[in-house]
Amino acid sequence: MKKLINDPNNVVVEALKGMEKAHGDILKINFEPAYITRKSPTKKGKVAIISGGGSGHEPMHGGYVGFGMLDAACPGAVFTSPTPDQMEEATKAVDGGAGVIHLVKNYTGDVMNFQMAADNCADEGIKVEAIIIDDDVAVKDSLYTAGRRGVGATVLTEKIIGASAERGDDLATVISYAKYCKDNGRSMGMALTSCILPAVGKPIFEIGDDEIEMGVGIHGEPGRERMKLKPANELVDMMLDPVLSDISLKNGDEIILMLNGMGGTPLIELYLLFNRAVETAQKKGIKTVRCLVGNYITSLEMQGFSITVLKANSEILKLWDAPVHTAGLRWGI
Amino acid sequence: MITLEKLRKFFLSLQSIYNDKKLYLSELDSAIGDGDHGVNMARGFDAVINDLNAKPPVDLEGVFKSVSMSLIKTVGGASGPLYGTFFRKMSLAAGKKNEIGLDEWIDGMSKGIEGIVQLGKAQKGDKTMLDALFPALEALKAQKDAGKDLADALSASAKAAQEGAISTIPLIAKKGRASYLGERSAGHQDPGATSSAMLLQAAADTLS
Repeated sequence: MKKLINDPNNVVVEALKGMEKAHGDILKINFEPAYITRKSPTKKGKVAIISGGGSGHEPMHGGYVGFGMLDAACPGAVFTSPTPDQMEEATKAVDGGAGVIHLVKNYTGDVMNFQMAADNCADEGIKVEAIIIDDDVAVKDSLYTAGRRGVGATVLTEKIIGASAERGDDLATVISYAKYCKDNGRSMGMALTSCILPAVGKPIFEIGDDEIEMGVGIHGEPGRERMKLKPANELVDMMLDPVLSDISLKNGDEIILMLNGMGGTPLIELYLLFNRAVETAQKKGIKTVRCLVGNYITSLEMQGFSITVLKANSEILKLWDAPVHTAGLRWGI
Repeated sequence: MITLEKLRKFFLSLQSIYNDKKLYLSELDSAIGDGDHGVNMARGFDAVINDLNAKPPVDLEGVFKSVSMSLIKTVGGASGPLYGTFFRKMSLAAGKKNEIGLDEWIDGMSKGIEGIVQLGKAQKGDKTMLDALFPALEALKAQKDAGKDLADALSASAKAAQEGAISTIPLIAKKGRASYLGERSAGHQDPGATSSAMLLQAAADTLS
């Protein structure tokens, strides 16, 4: 294993310290338990939004804490959900009295730990609403799985509902936008390589030079199917089609499209992929009106990409365009 | 009888087992999950021992509660809440006693497993830790009915758990991260069932 680390057990803490030094104008970090909040406290009467999950997906979630997006993020160990005490303390730290939303990605561990935290918060009189994002069309949502995974739509949801909360919407309104994103955002990912957990020291899976994993999540885990590498355009179409059809997009619809690297994919390839994605959508009469191209939800050093689509409308676009100032996203300010 | 001292030895032995088997459990998890189960269990049981040393509980209930809190706060993932709940429920069966026997151990296992079922919503055959724990509990009850003592019962339950863990190999996972793999999850032993079987083997080795 070649990694730029000191002690595998200290990776998350040392990275958090660096993050605080780099972005001290935006955020501050609490250790024991670990959570990241905005530098300035939540305004009284503002709905607070907290997300969290395993580390190794940077800039998600800590990089999305700041004006117009999250109030707090709870980083777990690498690829491991955070623990209930983190979410409980973060919730108390950012509660502005107008309700707190826990934005959770649908993984068994994340859901359980957030649920335990929400129960504890309820016992102390803090109103917590959980929204569980499950946008990955590579997983069949059936009785025979843990349900679809939460992946890229989480980033878009954080931006949309962050803007809603920032402009002073009440809890029910912010929740309604979260539900909109949950229902109208879909993703699919693929990988050229696996990745290496610092504490384990070798790749999660071995893969041949000419092979890919189709339908991966964001944890370096194998996907649903291993296949031979194909030209980029074919891969984009193979992934975009199920994404678009799952939310029944049709001629004339507008979308926000995120073409996301997994951490190890050069930007030149991401732009090449994005070019095809926009063209393929356009052929179906679907117009890409906003986009993100880059590394927004990663799997350590994994090479690969994911496509996330959120169906847009004027209200959603207004929230998307609203000012945001975080380490990972910044515009309008 | 299971005494405070034996229970302490049980958790010390779990700490060393999960540290020794850290890479093995993580390898099992790499095949069908995200490869961190061993690392997480080792971190959790290191914390268990640290916390027990820092504030030694005075009764069995206290030990189980302390263990539960340590695991919930440090393991993360699904394993943290699930094992944490298991030991929290065991504390209910142990109560403020200094020693318990087979009856209370069976009661604790039943309550612990019930807690896991409630939280994880898994059933037998879903390729989870329950595939080791259910047979272990059945073996305990069968031994008790046959009039066997604690040592025999614990050793039978360890054997049943081990067989249960192996029985997960051909199964298709229906819960947790392995379920995303669908049919590709078959052919691999479930890491959670394996760590549960290790736990029951440690119980047989230290608690009888």
